[in-house]
Amino acid sequence: MPNPAPSPAPRHPGTAAALLRALLPVLLIGVLLFLAPAVLSDFRQNLLAKFLCFAILAVGIDLLWGYTGVLSLGHGVWFGLGGYAMGMYLKMEDADGRLPDFMNWSGLTSVPWFWKPFEHPWFALPMALLGPGVAAFIVGFLIFRSRVKGAYFSIITQALALILSILFVGQQQYTGGTNGLTNFSTLFGFSLADRTTQDALYYITVSLLLLTMLFALWLTRAPLGSLLVAIRDDEDRVRFSGHNVTAVKALVFAISAALAGLAGALYVPQVGIISPANMGIVPSIEFVLLVAVGGRATITGAVLGAIIVSWARSTLSENYPDTWLYLFGALFIGSVLLFPAGIVGTWRALLRTRRLPLRIPRSPLRPQLDPQGAAHE
Amino acid sequence: MDIWLQQLFNGLSLGSILLLVAIGLAFSFGLMNVINMAHGEMIMIGAYCAYLTENLVGSGGADIAFLLALPLAFAVAGAVGMALEVTLIRRLYGRPLDTLLATWGVSLVLQQLARSIFGAPNVQVTTPSWLQGGIAVTGAFTMPYIRLFIIGMVLVAILLVWLYLTRTAAGRRTRATMQNREIAAALGVRTPRVDMLTFGLGSGLAGLAGCALALIGPIGPSLGTYYIVDSFLVVILGGIGQVVGTAIAALAIGGANALLEFQLSASVAKVLVFALVIAFLQWRPAGIIARRAAR
Amino acid sequence: MNNDPRTNYWLRKRLGRRAIVKAGAALAVTPALASLAAACGGDDDEPSATPGSSGSSSGDTIKVGILHSLSGTMAVSEVAVRDADLMAIEEINAAGGVLGKKLEPKVEDGASDWPTFAEKAKKLIQSDKVAVTFGCWTSASRKAVLPVFESNKALLYYPVQYEGLESSPYIFYTGATTNQQIVPSVEYLLQEGKKNFFLVGSDYVFPRTANKIIKAQLGASGGNVIAEEYTPLGHTEYATLIAKIKSSNADVIYNTLNGDSNVAFFKQLRDAGIKASDLTTMSVSIAEEEAAAIGGDVMEGHLVAWNYFQTVKTPENEKFVPAYHAFTEKSGKKRPTSDPVEAAYISVHLWAMAVEKAGTTDVEKVKEAMANLQFAAPEGMVKVHPTNHHISKTVRIGRIRSDALIDEIWATPGPVEPDPYLETYPWGAEFAKEKKA
Repeated sequence: MPNPAPSPAPRHPGTAAALLRALLPVLLIGVLLFLAPAVLSDFRQNLLAKFLCFAILAVGIDLLWGYTGVLSLGHGVWFGLGGYAMGMYLKMEDADGRLPDFMNWSGLTSVPWFWKPFEHPWFALPMALLGPGVAAFIVGFLIFRSRVKGAYFSIITQALALILSILFVGQQQYTGGTNGLTNFSTLFGFSLADRTTQDALYYITVSLLLLTMLFALWLTRAPLGSLLVAIRDDEDRVRFSGHNVTAVKALVFAISAALAGLAGALYVPQVGIISPANMGIVPSIEFVLLVAVGGRATITGAVLGAIIVSWARSTLSENYPDTWLYLFGALFIGSVLLFPAGIVGTWRALLRTRRLPLRIPRSPLRPQLDPQGAAHE
Repeated sequence: MDIWLQQLFNGLSLGSILLLVAIGLAFSFGLMNVINMAHGEMIMIGAYCAYLTENLVGSGGADIAFLLALPLAFAVAGAVGMALEVTLIRRLYGRPLDTLLATWGVSLVLQQLARSIFGAPNVQVTTPSWLQGGIAVTGAFTMPYIRLFIIGMVLVAILLVWLYLTRTAAGRRTRATMQNREIAAALGVRTPRVDMLTFGLGSGLAGLAGCALALIGPIGPSLGTYYIVDSFLVVILGGIGQVVGTAIAALAIGGANALLEFQLSASVAKVLVFALVIAFLQWRPAGIIARRAAR
Repeated sequence: MNNDPRTNYWLRKRLGRRAIVKAGAALAVTPALASLAAACGGDDDEPSATPGSSGSSSGDTIKVGILHSLSGTMAVSEVAVRDADLMAIEEINAAGGVLGKKLEPKVEDGASDWPTFAEKAKKLIQSDKVAVTFGCWTSASRKAVLPVFESNKALLYYPVQYEGLESSPYIFYTGATTNQQIVPSVEYLLQEGKKNFFLVGSDYVFPRTANKIIKAQLGASGGNVIAEEYTPLGHTEYATLIAKIKSSNADVIYNTLNGDSNVAFFKQLRDAGIKASDLTTMSVSIAEEEAAAIGGDVMEGHLVAWNYFQTVKTPENEKFVPAYHAFTEKSGKKRPTSDPVEAAYISVHLWAMAVEKAGTTDVEKVKEAMANLQFAAPEGMVKVHPTNHHISKTVRIGRIRSDALIDEIWATPGPVEPDPYLETYPWGAEFAKEKKA
């Protein structure tokens, strides 16, 4: 990372009170999530765990899109790679030295070399983060280096999602094809069907989500965070002031992808399947919706958006199988057209317009209720 | 040898379909910096127009129904495109990434609408008798009339678009807006009108493509999704808002797909074509034909 | 976004304002999460209830699950199968139900998405506590729900022909396994003097496994595989593949393409000047409904292999076809019957018979009662295999007519015993060994 922009003023007040205010939402979400199992059935708790995986991924997308202004329509790829790393480990553990079932029926006679290291958790688990992270850094570096940005970048990442899902479907003997990897029984020797294993996984997911939020809060308040926002608002100016924009963007892309990989790795043992259907165009763009609804450039917003949208998707499709796609489509249009600031952003704006005129005149520079513009190149 | 001619022809055929779809995308991207994710659904609308006309005319009139369907598909898809521009895209001006998300929502709604109106299963149209069969040049090289017709139709459509852009006042206004929106507006060009018309034109051409595709493929709610990503690649490869660049890119991608698929397999061909496009962008980031400096 | 305090550094000085913002965010969190928790918990049973392995037969009704894609790409096929399930349930209820109780269907949408199938399967078993589930179409969706049913010790009835090499203790397969569709159809083609096979399939598990079996079978019986080609799901450009077919000396195309690809493939095959009379094709994923959607004029003369056609002449089918037409007409559009529809209809009846025989919906007891059960199905008599959870079925080869219905041109003399691991075939050793794995 290059030197961050010199800070023109004390970055944060640094008082305990300010810190507390920043951490309050994290704390609240944490408490609620730790208490949630008390009122939820097994099935709903498992569902919530799945939404929390998406929340981790949404924080990553938020860093990339909300803060840096780079919209990736291919995050399913990174989610999938993380998921496959975990799935490969589970499959190897299951096979216990024999050939995993799908390789058998696809005609392989021995475990391929790149599967072998995944029998060790110390390799598979870091790979779930590092794999997507490093791959995204390379891809990102190549694309950003050619100054590809804006909708161009989005389209390329979307094509990447399509291509990779086709590739994974086609390489059935190595990836399980359309079926993906499924039928896992144990994780580190604990039965996945066991109540306590699923409880433990739930609490691990909650803890990792909270850590992710803290990390994102720290990152966006650190010098790098200011640089990201500056790139979003005027990339060329940052470039001309001597920063290596390409490297910074590739780095954020990589961090974002690693978080998606983490989400994928947590998703697999709780949902029990990872397949190319998780990596394609449709899930990738739905991931973006999570952040759009919650509120971009707010960490709390990304998390809330992920939980609320996933929950709505699940409930709507249960109750209105024929019409829910209309509602889902309307959600895309509405969240962008009517509430571009998302739930948290709109809430903040409401709060502000009600109180502010009494105290401080509104910023003459930018309209308060249009938090848009800057989120784009 | 025959087989290579056949593959060249197949590549030309695929390329011309991609060109017709991508030209609208290239316009809206060049003009408004907007990527319309619902563009694929214009193809779908065009295909359903072919189905509707056949049903209205009656099964006996399949021969003329298709000819009637072509202008109808252009008109209906164009009208939907203009409506989309006025109601949605215009409101998101300057927010290209938001447009992307909103138009994705539109695409979901349009697909579901097609499902509600026509049902989830595919529908079918009868190929007009004058398009059945083909010219057998040599043993292994056949040119089906349908494919020839599509290539011809695309040629005519592109020629008309080119004439429109270079020889008419409206076309000049479009080019002016593409080159510099502010100056064009200052000189009295009603740029919102230009946006709407251009968007309608692009959508109409996609509708035309859909009408032609109805003869060679399925007609269903998800038809649009099959061609859209390839068309995006064409736009990126061709360069923003460039008719010539888009045409070269469409033929290159169509040809590469056909040749690679013949040597390897369809899945690998798709992966390789994507890799080639990315590699090309490393060399020429602005596409085959870069737009001149004006923003 | 610019109401973020960090965009303008001078905004940061406004401490008071940030306090409000943060408090606001916190306030926004609380009601949202609380309502979420309430909503999640609201429609459920008490927490920490153990998943019911015996199913629910309390009350006046028995809940049964139906799990098919009602949206997405697979909805085209699966809605027809759901209707068959519902019709069979209606018939059973009209005849007094099972064990004196009415069946209450719980329908869930798998949305053509495999993880969703797993999620909804969990919901049916754990939340709705259904006694049995009828569902799935694609192998991928079945593989996704298989661990759910096995770990919850719940029953699934699967109604579609598939690639075999599976026999889960908690799944009953009422569609054909490979030796009840693919193997006999290849035998038929060999009898007809077709030796050179061109294999075309969509790129997923069923075509790949089917082709692997065909290759083994042809290798043992003197046929040749000229080429084996796969295209991505949803592929619609077949000019290149057809060029490959034309330049080969194949005398039959064995087609395992799926869905929309079939439409494009057959239309473009005809455009290239290849008619059914020039080159035989044998398809295993095109039934009456798919043929109608491609167009009878395009499909006329092409061959298909199934266990059932709408035109089959049995007394049971004479009642079944009009009943299904009437049932689907009520909910909108009259649909033809087809092999998967019939297999779904069989599955509901077989389960109901097994429950009556066992006197309970307890999963283990029902499984025992299923063995050797016989049912006079529209396709003819079927019998559940004593151990492998498949049923015996008559195999039929048909030719598609111009009205998109199918005429039977060949059939096995009687039902064929299911052999999912091809253990009874001398060339099947490589598949049989997977049973142990």
